[in-house]
Amino acid sequence: MAAAAEAAAGGSPGSQLAAQRRLRILSGHLQRSPASRAPEPERLLSPSQCGAGGAAERPVASAIPKKRQEILKWNGWGYNDSKFIFNKKGQAEFTGKRYRLSGMVLPVLKEWMEKTLGASLEHKITSRAFLNTSDVPPSIVNEEFLQDLRATKISYSQEAEDRVFRAHGHCLHEIFVLREGMFKRIPDIVVWPGCHDDVVKIVELACKHNLCIIPFGGGTSVSSALECPADERRTIVSLDTSQMLGESGYCTGHEPDSMEFSSLGGWVATRASGMKKNIYGNIEDLVVHIKMVTPRGVIEKSCQVPRMSTGPDIHHFIMGSEGTLGVITEVTIKIRPIPEYKKYGSVVFPNFERGVACLREIAKQRCAPASVRLVDNAQFQFGHALKPQVASIFTSFLDGLKKFYITKFKGFDPNELCVATLLFEGDREKVLQHEKQVYDIAAKFGGLAAGEDNGQRGYMLTFVIAYLRDLGLDYYVIGESFETSVPWDRVIDLCRNVKERIVRECKEKGVQFAPLSTCRVTQTYDAGACVYFYFAFNYRGISDPVHVYEQIERAAREEILANGGSLSHHHGVGKLRKQWMKESISDVGLGMLKSVKEYVDPNNIFGNRNLL
Amino acid sequence: MAAAGGSRLGALMYSQKELTSKKRDEFEDILEERRQSSDLRYAMKCYSPVIYKGLSACKPSAIKYSVLQSEQVQYVIKQLSKEMGESTDIIQEEAIEILDEMGHNLHIGAIRFFAFSLSKIFKRLFQRVCVNEEGIQKLQQAIQEHPVVLLPSHRSYIDFLMLSYLLYTYDLALPVIAAGIDFLGMKIVGELLRRSGAFFMRRTFSGNRLYWAVFAEYVKTMLRNGYAPIEFFLEGTRSRTAKTLTPKFGLLSIVMEPFFKREVFDTYLVPISISYERILEESLYAYELLGVPKPKESTSGLLKARKILSDNFGSIHVYFGQPVSLRTLASGRIDRCPYRLVPRHLPQRLSEDIQEFVTDVAYKMELLQVENMVLSPWVLIASVLLQNLPAIDFELLVEKTLWLKGLTQAFGGFLEWPDNLCANKAVTSSLALHSNIVSLVNGQVVLNNVRMENGATEELVFKQALSILMCGAYRNQLLNVFVRPSLVAVALQMTQSFRKEEIYSCFIFLRDILSDEFIFFPGIALKDFEEGCFLLTKCDVIQVTPQEILVTERGNSVAVFLAALFRPFMKGYQIISRYLSKETKEAFTEKQFILGIRNFAFQLLQTGSTQCYEVLSSDLQKNALAAFVRLDVVKKMKTTNGFTYTVNKEALNKTAEMFDFRIPIKKLVTARL
Repeated sequence: MAAAAEAAAGGSPGSQLAAQRRLRILSGHLQRSPASRAPEPERLLSPSQCGAGGAAERPVASAIPKKRQEILKWNGWGYNDSKFIFNKKGQAEFTGKRYRLSGMVLPVLKEWMEKTLGASLEHKITSRAFLNTSDVPPSIVNEEFLQDLRATKISYSQEAEDRVFRAHGHCLHEIFVLREGMFKRIPDIVVWPGCHDDVVKIVELACKHNLCIIPFGGGTSVSSALECPADERRTIVSLDTSQMLGESGYCTGHEPDSMEFSSLGGWVATRASGMKKNIYGNIEDLVVHIKMVTPRGVIEKSCQVPRMSTGPDIHHFIMGSEGTLGVITEVTIKIRPIPEYKKYGSVVFPNFERGVACLREIAKQRCAPASVRLVDNAQFQFGHALKPQVASIFTSFLDGLKKFYITKFKGFDPNELCVATLLFEGDREKVLQHEKQVYDIAAKFGGLAAGEDNGQRGYMLTFVIAYLRDLGLDYYVIGESFETSVPWDRVIDLCRNVKERIVRECKEKGVQFAPLSTCRVTQTYDAGACVYFYFAFNYRGISDPVHVYEQIERAAREEILANGGSLSHHHGVGKLRKQWMKESISDVGLGMLKSVKEYVDPNNIFGNRNLL
Repeated sequence: MAAAGGSRLGALMYSQKELTSKKRDEFEDILEERRQSSDLRYAMKCYSPVIYKGLSACKPSAIKYSVLQSEQVQYVIKQLSKEMGESTDIIQEEAIEILDEMGHNLHIGAIRFFAFSLSKIFKRLFQRVCVNEEGIQKLQQAIQEHPVVLLPSHRSYIDFLMLSYLLYTYDLALPVIAAGIDFLGMKIVGELLRRSGAFFMRRTFSGNRLYWAVFAEYVKTMLRNGYAPIEFFLEGTRSRTAKTLTPKFGLLSIVMEPFFKREVFDTYLVPISISYERILEESLYAYELLGVPKPKESTSGLLKARKILSDNFGSIHVYFGQPVSLRTLASGRIDRCPYRLVPRHLPQRLSEDIQEFVTDVAYKMELLQVENMVLSPWVLIASVLLQNLPAIDFELLVEKTLWLKGLTQAFGGFLEWPDNLCANKAVTSSLALHSNIVSLVNGQVVLNNVRMENGATEELVFKQALSILMCGAYRNQLLNVFVRPSLVAVALQMTQSFRKEEIYSCFIFLRDILSDEFIFFPGIALKDFEEGCFLLTKCDVIQVTPQEILVTERGNSVAVFLAALFRPFMKGYQIISRYLSKETKEAFTEKQFILGIRNFAFQLLQTGSTQCYEVLSSDLQKNALAAFVRLDVVKKMKTTNGFTYTVNKEALNKTAEMFDFRIPIKKLVTARL
C-alpha cells in the first residue's frame, strides 16, 4: 500500500536520481498491488501540482534557498511579498500573488479589528526595517574546527543575517525580539549539509571539537525549541537541513498549517500532525523508516515493513525527540494517490455544545471526512472578517437571505451559533456519499448545511492567521495559538474554562481591552479531540506586553492541564512547556527519556535543551 | 505546629487587620417601602431576575429528566442492579420516586402568593428588615458570572422564607433550597414551599447509594446549568443556642464537586448572616434544650403559632457577604483535579486533600458568617445581666452595657447601636422588646422567674433554667466574637501564671475541648492565641513580652468579665466530668447519658450546690460528650443499635484536673509596673 518518498535525497544528482527511480519502482508496486483499491491509476504529482490540488489557496511550494531571508521575512511570518496592509482607503488588503486571498480587499477586517480587539489605525507601532548587524552577538568559532569543516566542502556561513534567522522559531516573544530587540545568544555558524554523509561528518566534527549542534528544519516552531540556551559556552552550530530536500516532494497528505515552510525532518522530530490526518494519519502513522545521525552513531531499522514486533518501537524515541538526540537524515513515508475529487462544506449549529456532540458522533461512527473542524462563535465571526469584497449585489443579497434564514427562520442566535467546516477527499461518488452521511448526522444535532464557501474560508484562516499576527503586531495587538488534546467528555468544559481563564487573567493583569479568546475543535479521534486556541489582545497601556502575554499563556496551560487536557497535541514541548513534562509523563517516564539521551548523546552535543 | 498550620491554610486565613479595620456596608430597611405601597402590586410586579450568563433555560421536569438520564445516576442504577439482581427498570422507578419526592417545582404563582402573604406577616412581626444593598449588588453581579451557592446562617425557620423574599424584592433569581424532608409533612405549606423553589433531602441517607447519587446529581445539575442559586445551611440545622454550629460537609462537597471536576469555571460561595433581635422560636428552643421534645412540623401547628403574630420581634439584619470565589480559594491548593484519570461520572471517594480543603472552606464560610453577624444592644444587655443575677440596678446596667459596647467594637463585633437614642432609651427599648424574659421592677432589672434561692422545687429550677437559657442564647451571639480573647483570659485565670508557654498550652486545651461549641479554623491554635492576645493588648488588658503575659491593673476587670462570660461552659464541662467519674460504671448510650446528666444536674441545682443552669442544655451536654470522645476520655463504640460509650477513668481524672480551678476565682495576678 505504501510507497516511499525519500526526504533527504542528497545533493548529488546521482543519489537523487536513484531515489526517484526507487520511488517509481515503488509506485509501480503500488499499482500492481492487490491491496491498492485506488480506482484511478496512481498519479504522482510534483509538489507544485500537489499544492494546487491540495489546498486551492496554497502557494506553489518552491525549494527554500540557503539565504532564506531572500524570499522569507526576517522579522515575521512567511513570504516577503505576502502580507496584510491597510491601503490608502484604509481597507485591509492582502498583497502578493501566492494565495487565493492575494490581491484582494477585505472590507470588514478593519472594523472587526476595531470592534473585537480595540485596535485603531491611528495607533501604529512598526518593526525596525533592517537587522542592525552591529547588535548581533559575534560569531565565535574555533579555527581548527573551521579548517576541518572547510575540508569537508560542506557549505557554511557566519553572516549575521543567516545566524539570526536560525536563532528563533515563531513564538510571540521571538518575533517581538526580532522587531525590537536582540537575542542574547544565537548560533555561531550555520552549515548546510547536502546529504546524509555530510551530516555524519558534521556530527563527528562536533564531537571532536565539543560543539553544540542545533538542527534546523523550517524554523516554524512555536515552542522556543530553536532558542539557543543563553549560557551555552560552546560554539553553537545551526545545522540547516533544508538543502537536503531535493525535488522529491510527493503528496503525502500530511498538511500541517505550516506546511509551506516546515520540513519533513521537523515533522518527525516534533511528532507533527496534519490537517487531513483522518485519511492519511499523523506523522507516526505515515512513517515507515527513519535514519538518524547521533553522536553515538547512526540509528535505523533493518527493513521497511509496515509493522514489527521487536520490542518498543525505536521510532518513538526519535519522533518527538525535538533535536535532542541527533539529526534525522532520511525518512521513508507512505504516499497516497492524489484524490480525484475534493469538496469543501460547512454546517451551522445552534451552539457549540451541539456541534461538539455532532463531532463526537461522527468520530464514533468513524466517518470523519479528511478534515472536520468546529469553530466557536468568535472564530466564526473572525472568519467572516476575512470575507473579500463581494463581487455583485446579488451575492450580498444572497448572503443576507442566508443569514435571515438561519437567524430568524431557524432561530439561531448569531452570538451563539458555530460552524463546522468540512473537507472531503476521494473519488467523486464516494465523496458525495460520504457527504450525505455526514450531513445526515449533523442534522440530528440541529446542524444546517451552510455551503462550501464558509468551509473554504475556514481553512483559509489557518494559513493566513500567521500573516495576520504580523498585521496585529503593527497595531499593538499580540497573540498566538496553542493547542491540546482532550477526552470527548471534557471538550466543552475545557474550551469554556480555558477561554474564561484567559479573559479573567487579562483583566487581572491590567489588559485594557477585551481579548480575543477563541477555539476550535480541529481534529477528532476515537477517544477525544484536538482543540486549538487563538488568543490575542491589544496591549496599549501595558509596559511589558510580552511578559504579560507569557503569564497569561502559562495560566491558560495550567487551566488546560487542570481540565484533563494534554501538554501538547502536536506543537511539542520545546523549552516553552518543559516545566510541565514531569507531571505529564511521570518521574519514571522522564527518567526513561533521560537515560536514552544519556546513552545516545552523553556529551550533550545536541544541546538545544528541549523537552527534558 | 504553627508552621504546619500556616502552610495548610494559605489564602484561607483571616488576618488581624481584616478583623479590626473592616468597613462594613450600610443597611437599608426594606419594610419601609412595603409599609407605604400596595402589597398586592408588589406581589404582582414584573419579575425578571438577572440570570447566569451560561444558563440553558429549562423546565424543572427537564432537569429531572436529565438527572435521571445522567451517566452518574445510570451508573449507580446499573451497579445496584448487578449487586441486588434486580432489573434496572425497578431501580429506575425507585430513582424517579426519589426525584419526585425531592424535586422542586419553581412556580411564579406560588412565589407571588408568598410575596403577598409574607409582606403582610413580616410587617406585623418585625419592625425593620435591614439589608446591605451593596451585598445585594455584588450578588447580582455574581449570579451573572458563575453559579452561586448561598450559605446563610440558620437561627429560625424565617431564614429561608426571608431570603427568598429578599431576593424577590431585589429582582434576583430565587434560590432552590435544600430543606429537611420533615417539611413535607406540612401538607399545603410543603407543596407551596416546593413551588417556591425548595427541594427536600432526607436527614439521613448515608447508607442509601441510590438516594445519594440522585440527590447529588440533582444538586449538581442545577448548579451546572446555572438554573438558580442553590441555598443550604452549612450548620445543617437551626442553632438552638444562637452559637454558630460546627459545619456539615456533605452538601458543601457536592456543590464544590462541579468545580473540582472543572464542569464549571468557578462557583461563588456567598456567606449570609441573618440576625434577629428577637428569635421567633426562642422559647421553643429553650424547651427543646431542656428535653421537652420538639413539636413535629405541621400546618396546624403553624396556624396555632398565629398568636405570635401579635407579638413584636424587633429588627432583622441580613448581611450578604462578599461572594467568595471557590477558584480563588482552591488556587495553589487543588490545582490539579484528581479526576483527570477517571471518567468523571464514576462515583469517587474524595481524596484527603480535597476533604481537608472542603473542611477549611466550610469553616472559613462560617467564620465569615460570624464576622458579619449583627449584634443588637440586647446581646450586650443579656451578657451583663447573666453575670449579675438575679437583679441589677438599671443605671448600672446601662453603664456596664455602654462599657461592653466599647469592648465589643474593639474586638471587631458588628454592633448596630441606635445612635439617635440616648443609652438609657436604647436599653429601655431593648428591655421592652424582651419583656417575656426580663422586667424592670423598682429600678431593678430582673430576669423573669429567676430568684437564685437554694432548695427550690424541680419546677422552679426548670422555670429558672428556661429563662437563663433563653437569655443565654442572646449572650451566646457575643461569644462567637469574644471567644479568642476570652479563652486567653480563662487560661490566665486557670494557670495563675505569667508564663506564656503555660498559658498557651492551657489555651490549646480549652480551644480543643470547646471546638464543638465554637468555630475555630482547624489547625491554627497559635494564630487564634495570637489573635486573642492581640485584641487584649489592643484594649490594654494585658502586656505581652516574649516570655510572659501580664494582666494590667486596669485590665483586670475586663479579664474577669471575659472569663466569666465562659464560666457556664467551664462549669458545665466540670459538672459533666464529675458526673462521668462518679455516676457511670458501664457502657451507656447518648440517651442514657443525657437523662443521667440531667437528673444529676437537677439535684445539684435543687440543693444549690451549683448555680450553673446551663449544664441542663442538651446542646452543651452533647458537645461535652463529643469533646470527651475527641480527648479519648470517653470511648465511642458502634454496636448493632447505635453507639455506646465507656469512660476511661484515668484519662478523665487528668482532664478533670485541668478543669479544677476554684470559682469564684482568686484575684488575678496583675503586672507590677
